[in-house]
Amino acid sequence: MKYTRGTIAALLAGVTLIASAIPLKTDVAHSNVSAVFKQMNVPVESKFKSFNAQIDYDAAHPDKATARVDIDTASFDIGEAEYNKEVAGKDWFNSAKFPKATFVSSGIKPVGAGKLNVSGKLSIKGKTQDVTFPINIKAEGGKQVFEGQLPIKRLAFNIGEGEWKDTSMVADEVVIKFRIAAGQ
Amino acid sequence: MQRYTTPAIVLHWLIAVLIIGAFTLGLVMTDIPGISPTKLKYFSWHKWAGVTVLVLATVRLLWRLKNRPPELPEAMPAWQRGAAHGLHHLLYVLIFAVPLSGYFYTLAAGFPVVYFGLFQLPVLIAKNPALAETLKPIHYWLNMIMAGLVGLHVLAALKHQFVDRDGTLGRMMPGRSH
Repeated sequence: MKYTRGTIAALLAGVTLIASAIPLKTDVAHSNVSAVFKQMNVPVESKFKSFNAQIDYDAAHPDKATARVDIDTASFDIGEAEYNKEVAGKDWFNSAKFPKATFVSSGIKPVGAGKLNVSGKLSIKGKTQDVTFPINIKAEGGKQVFEGQLPIKRLAFNIGEGEWKDTSMVADEVVIKFRIAAGQ
Repeated sequence: MQRYTTPAIVLHWLIAVLIIGAFTLGLVMTDIPGISPTKLKYFSWHKWAGVTVLVLATVRLLWRLKNRPPELPEAMPAWQRGAAHGLHHLLYVLIFAVPLSGYFYTLAAGFPVVYFGLFQLPVLIAKNPALAETLKPIHYWLNMIMAGLVGLHVLAALKHQFVDRDGTLGRMMPGRSH
């Protein structure tokens, strides 16, 4: 078969069509998930170093989008190995028993330009809650960037047991912040 | 013998108590393995004490620049005067350097200071784990040097009080006037 300009163009168009139908590939290097908590009123922001996001998003049909984020709870990095070990331990994430925190979307609604309202189930440490939060979408370097924050109460997920239930030491309110860059 | 001014005496002893408290807390808290609420509480108290030392040290330095300290005993040999002045200068440097090194260490580690849990103090530098690793031993060794110099300072004061009996210590004691 002889390739002509026409067939190549048709092939490329076909590839593009197929590509827009498959899920986006997360660019981990340009994505991050962190949690902001207050320790004796000191705001501390720490990152989850390891997570995976699967986003199926087509700008033409945002309401058909789905998202799933899996976070390795043991990868929460407060800045010191000793602390990280404690936080992966039984009283906090209990990463040995619950290695992943997961968010699975159940409904995504566009609410204005570049904004979506996302609902879904957040599971941490064996507890699941229905959550809804807004996210912003923008195009950056040929990728889609999904950005937002989700405030939660740590005690609703048993994060911080025993003496750590004391919210005067570590506040109940925790904000999960994320920025996921994904493209084809 | 002439005494220090009352503000100078008050500032000296307040700073002395806070330094001993913060230093002791520093040793105790870093000895607690892992993390516990008690450990985090001690860290906060340690930082509050350190920041308070920094504020009082600033007031003290300004006061010192406007108010000459009382004369040393006339009988004191020149080398002792030189040593006393040198040691006092070093202690002045350290009551700034020790809390400042700790302040920047905690900022570099990503933990800003919320004074008495009430308001956040300026975050002058961004979180920087590499810088935190550098500042940690600096903060530690500045403390150890200060501990050594405070030891010398106390020994010298006691020697003047009980060996020389020359009234040097009385100049810094509250409520006693000769």
